[in-house]
Amino acid sequence: MNGATELGLLSSLLSSVLLVTGLLFFIAGSIGMLRFPDSFSRLHAVTKADSLGLGSVIAGLMFYCSWWQNLLMLLIWLLVLASGTVSCQLLARFCKTKQDQA
Amino acid sequence: MSLLLFDFLLCGLLLTLALASVLSKQLSHAVILYIAFGLLMALTWARLAAPDLALAEAAIGAGLTGALCFTALARQGKLALSPALSWQQRCWPAVFVVVMFSGLLLALLQIPASPGALPAVVMQQLADSGVSHPVTAVLLNFRSWDTLLELLVLLLALLGTLQVAPAPVLQHSWALSRSWSQLLAPLIILLAGYLLWAGASQPGGAFQAGALLAAGAVVLKLNQQLNWLVWRNVWVRFFAVAGLGVFVVAALAAWLLQGVATEPVWLQWPPELAKYIILLIEVFATLAIAITLTLLVIAEQPATLLSVERENTRGEEND
Repeated sequence: MNGATELGLLSSLLSSVLLVTGLLFFIAGSIGMLRFPDSFSRLHAVTKADSLGLGSVIAGLMFYCSWWQNLLMLLIWLLVLASGTVSCQLLARFCKTKQDQA
Repeated sequence: MSLLLFDFLLCGLLLTLALASVLSKQLSHAVILYIAFGLLMALTWARLAAPDLALAEAAIGAGLTGALCFTALARQGKLALSPALSWQQRCWPAVFVVVMFSGLLLALLQIPASPGALPAVVMQQLADSGVSHPVTAVLLNFRSWDTLLELLVLLLALLGTLQVAPAPVLQHSWALSRSWSQLLAPLIILLAGYLLWAGASQPGGAFQAGALLAAGAVVLKLNQQLNWLVWRNVWVRFFAVAGLGVFVVAALAAWLLQGVATEPVWLQWPPELAKYIILLIEVFATLAIAITLTLLVIAEQPATLLSVERENTRGEEND
């Protein structure tokens, strides 16, 4: 658990690739949220990118932790995944209702 | 180096979010920015190695206060929709903030750089306190008077809120949010129980557990669940008051138990019973805090004879 020094070359390489991929997804999601024209595409950008981004970051971190911490991180990811999906649906539905009213 | 960078980023973001929240032109934007500020504040407390404060800040500062502001906004109607606040409207809060900030800064400058003798004394007495987490020992044993008064303040706030609570609003809820809140409920109860139990030996405790329970209850209430959770219900009233009541009764009992000793001291637990007294107080305090915070956010006018009558006649008209 003492960091990258104990990991093999392949593991640390794989972990870094996963972490960087996760960060790229987060950056893409943030840019999408700032730049996309309407609420629906912004929601799309931010939720899709965040779910996958967090998943990659957690997968990258899993090389460094014990199995118990890994299990907890997986559970957190599942929870964030589910709540992100539900809140995306709710927000989109709210936007749709407002759009229909206007 | 990278930690220093993180700290600078955190401080910069905190200041930016705080300023943006105070200066934003729309009230709903201000609330959203305030929630983001609360989340970063929780991160800051965690970075300062104060996980107890981080938990409380995340649950209360970011979660419940945000919900409180949003329900308040939803009930404002037209005022919340007004496009922009005028200069004067934004000036007075800013003056207030500047005055408070100067006061806090003055107080902060007077804190000595070294922690002083108190932490050592707490660690010395920890064995007799009944718990192994120093924060819980201070909150519920060494300085339990403060916690007792905090519960009293919460109860008074609730009683005050109930006097000015608005009339109930009928909102419809989507099936998706309803079933999601129901799905989350057992998880929240489990987590709150864990936080309460963990408070004895690690960060956690009554306030965090109560705030978490309240957050779950608020979401359920906003989805038209938990219809029994209203001030009318005598059990709700009982448990809202019981947090304070059990505390006082335990203090009196401990006082009487000490009576045979030389000089009885108010709010001092006998070391062999301290563990059980603290657990009892914490369980009832959790329930009281959960009920109080929930009702603070979604309090509705308690039904009076007149309003019940009006409701009945309206029901008959509808039939």
